[in-house]
This record gives sequence, C-alpha cells and structure tokens, in this order.
Amino acid sequence: MTTRWVLGALLLALALLGLYLRGLAGRLDRLHVRVEAASNALDAQLVRRSGVALELATSGLLDPASSMLLAASAHAAQAADPATREEAESGLTQALRATLDAPEADAVLRSSETGRELAEEAAAACQRVVLARRFHNDAAAATLRLRRHRLVRYLHLAGRAPLPVTFECDDRPPACLSTPA
Amino acid sequence: MRVGLVCPYSWDVPGGVKEHVRDLAEELLRLGHEVSVLAPGDPDAVVEPYVVLSGRAVPVPFNGSVARLSFGPVSASRTRRWIREGGFDLLHVHEPVSPSVSMLAVWAASGPVVGTFHSSYLSRSRVYGASYGILQPTLERITARIAVSEAARSTVVQHVGGDAVLIPNGVALRRYAKADPMPGWPGQGGALGFLGRIDEPRKGLPVLLEALRAVVAEHPGVRLLVAGPGDVDEVRDSIDPDLRDRVELLGLVSDADKAAMLHSVDLYVAPNTGGESFGMILLEAMAAGAPVLASNLDAFRSVLDDGRAGRLFPVGDPGALAAAANELLRDRAKRTALAEAGTAVARRYDWQTVAQQVLAVYETVILPGIPVGVDPRAQAFGLFSTRLKDANG
Repeated sequence: MTTRWVLGALLLALALLGLYLRGLAGRLDRLHVRVEAASNALDAQLVRRSGVALELATSGLLDPASSMLLAASAHAAQAADPATREEAESGLTQALRATLDAPEADAVLRSSETGRELAEEAAAACQRVVLARRFHNDAAAATLRLRRHRLVRYLHLAGRAPLPVTFECDDRPPACLSTPA
Repeated sequence: MRVGLVCPYSWDVPGGVKEHVRDLAEELLRLGHEVSVLAPGDPDAVVEPYVVLSGRAVPVPFNGSVARLSFGPVSASRTRRWIREGGFDLLHVHEPVSPSVSMLAVWAASGPVVGTFHSSYLSRSRVYGASYGILQPTLERITARIAVSEAARSTVVQHVGGDAVLIPNGVALRRYAKADPMPGWPGQGGALGFLGRIDEPRKGLPVLLEALRAVVAEHPGVRLLVAGPGDVDEVRDSIDPDLRDRVELLGLVSDADKAAMLHSVDLYVAPNTGGESFGMILLEAMAAGAPVLASNLDAFRSVLDDGRAGRLFPVGDPGALAAAANELLRDRAKRTALAEAGTAVARRYDWQTVAQQVLAVYETVILPGIPVGVDPRAQAFGLFSTRLKDANG
C-alpha cells in the first residue's frame, strides 16, 4: 500500500518536473529567437548608419578633412569583423560627433536642402542605433540570466545555441542632431 | 503599419494611462497608420471606432488603490482572438506588469511586443518580489521597453533588469491650446487654479488652502478654482469659513471642461507633496498657456526645466507658496513670461513630436512581412497543447 503511494507521488513529482522543464525550454527558445531578431535589427541599423555617414562624406557639403575622417571610419565600421566591430562602430560614433558637433558644420548642413535631408537621415540613423542596441542588450542579458539557471546548465537545455553577447560601443549621437531642425 | 495597443485599465474610467493610449492611438491614426486598441470594458458600451473591449472590468484592490482590471479565461480568449484577427505588425502594451489584458496580450503573442512602463510602483510595493517567478517569463517576452519618466525607468532597471528607453508622456496640445474661460473667470481680483484628487493629501490641496489666507491678505479679491474627483461637500466643510466663498469646487470635470478651467485662472498651482513620477498635469496647464507655480519635486523640476518654465517652491511649504503666488499675481509681465516659456516646453512634449519617437522604436523592432501571431503555447496556458517548433527555427 505504502509503496503504491510512494510510487504515485514519485510519478506526480516527475510529471511536474517535466512540465517545469518544458516551460523552461520554451522560455529559452523564445529568448534565443528574440536575441537573434534583435541582433539582426542592430546589424541593419548599424549598416544604415555607416551608409549615411558615407553619403555625408561624399556629398561635398563638408570640408575635405571631415569628409575623409567620416569616410574612413564608415569604411572601417563596414569592414570590421565581429571581433573588432564594437571598436569600429565606436570610432564611427566619435567621428560623427567630431565632424558634426560644431556650429559651423551644423550651419553648413542646414543651409541646403540636401544637407537638411542628410542631417535628418543621420539623426534618425543614430537614434535607431541607440534603440536597437539597447533592445539587443536587454534581450542578451535576459537570455544570459536564464542560462545561468542551474537546471538549464546541468541538463543542457540550451542545446548548441551560442551564448549571446551584449554589444558594447559608444553610441551617443552628435548633440546637434538631437535638436530638430 | 498595423499597430495593436493594449490598455490595462478600464476604458470608461478617466486616467493617465488611458489618456496616453487614446492620444497615441489618435496621433498614429492621423499619421495614416492602422490602429486597434484593446482595453477592459463592457463589450456593449459605445466607444471610439478603433477600440475593442475585452470584457467587464472588475474593481480590485491593487497597488494601494482600487483598479478596474480585466483578467480570467474569458478576457484571455478575447485577447487571443483580438491578436489573431488583428494581423498586427507589432503589439504595444502599456503597464505590462499590471494583472490585466496587457499581461494577457504579452502572454498570448508571438512576435514583436513593445512595452511601456508608466508608474514607479514596483519600487514602492512588494508586488514584484512576491511574484518574481510569475512576472519574469512575461517580461522576457517584451522586445522593447519604454519608460515615460526617469522614475519609471529606474524601476525597470532595479526590478526588471536591463534598461528602458526614455520617451516622455505626450500632451495633446490641440486639446488644450484653445478654450473659452468659464463665465465670470478669471475676473479682476486674481484667480488661482488647482487640479487633482481633492481628498488625496499627496495632491497637496491642504497646502494650498493653508497658503490661501496669506494670499488673501495681499490680494483681497483672489479666488481659487478647484477641479478633481473626491467628496466635494466634505472638502468644503473642511475649509475655513472665512475663505469658503472664495473657493469654487467643480468636482470631476470632462476633458473639455479641464481645458476651460485651465484658461480661467491667472496662475496654476501644483502643491503636490509626493508620489508624482512625471507631472502630466503641469504639461496640460502649460499647453493651455497658464503660468505654473509648482512644488519642487524631482518630476516637476524636470518638466519645468529647473524652474525656467514655471516657478518652484519648497515641497509642503505654504508660506513659500503664498509669497510666490503674491509676487506673481502682482506682476503680469512675469506671468506672461512664465506662460510663454511653459508653452514652449509643452510644444516639445506635443504628441506630434513624441509619437515620432515611439515610431522610431516600432521601426527598430518590427519584422517586415511577419505579423504578430498567437503563441500556440498560450492556448490553455501551454499545458495541454503539443509543443510546436517555432517557425523561425
């Protein structure tokens, strides 16, 4: 009689554990999907930003030195591999600030139709990089938190999914771009 | 873009979150987007054409006051149906930590979900600690988080983990910019205005009433216009009999009357003593062109540009309030200057501007061509459905 009870309780406990593990696996799955989407979005916004920077550099609106600096750092950002990308994107951020954050550059951009359009486009791109990076890092942090869960580690619930990494770079946009024209 | 907005609080009760959702929805519609709003409420009630009601809202004590929320299997299934039939590019849920349709929508959806955090109550209550295990899986599903104030944002950082993008509340400038003052107001003797729950001490009406005597001493004709819910008779009885006939208590007013009320005063006073995380009411007063005199709370100081767009006085200090009110009532030029600075600030918070920031978030998270779907595991809470492989692999 008692054996039967013990067996029953054991089965029930196992069933509950199974449900719990399935829930955990589901959460993990969703988080990995979220990180991947966020990472694609971040990539798209970074590419868009370096594109705008190149356009600015080749527009002929800025002085040759500024244009050179922008073009070089935009190229570096586009050519970077995953290991060097954070540094290259920070470099582009700093180049954008260095070239655009002067009243003279601001005035030049605002004096022509193309300049205003490019400034608007650059402002939008910089803002979206900030957003996309934050959403990506939030997703990565949430995933890392769950992957530290003991059961997730011992039972290899994450399978072969790579550990997500946060993307750390300087993304503060040039101040002049944050004030509407 | 097709956007599904979710408001957790009953649509037939006025409130900050509800107004936020309504104004955002209308601004998005004006910009040519398709919008549907899901909110608690009697499904037979007559509402705006873009609103879908999820079912009767049940008044329950939550987070220190009585909130009208919607939950349970019926609301959950209505929420799922709304998502399935909506074909949204993304969902934008408000206050996803309140136990209502926002949370249900987050649970039921698969795809991009934006969540806006409005209040800072998590840090005040133990709600979060007690339900950490319940909330965490829900919050993990939110793709992008927005906080409307620094206070709301620090709640997210401390208690939810990760960060949130700061996008302030908007004010619908057009609702407030033009209105006729109420008949007989502001009059010659000077008129002060107050808006907010009259029986909630933190809104600060007692501080203002205490200061009123010292204002009368210098401005014998001064009157005070008070609008906001609460027991009018009880508050009237509590006012000093000599001052009673100078105070007009309007009770709860409609949006249109609120605008008229703000156009009926020479000076708007916000004597709040705490609990404000943003200061929406100051924005409304500034949008209506009323000069603002407010207590020096963090939230108010930040909206008032450190005192450039409105006069600040120490929190809970009736003497300082009276001195500042006297000075401003005496000096029309100063009032005009404050009102102009205030209008400029309100313009920065106009929904036209704020909605652009929200749209930037939307554009960052939508997955082109893939609408929000119903998570199969959300059926029957995932217990009995077979596990389906995610379409994305």
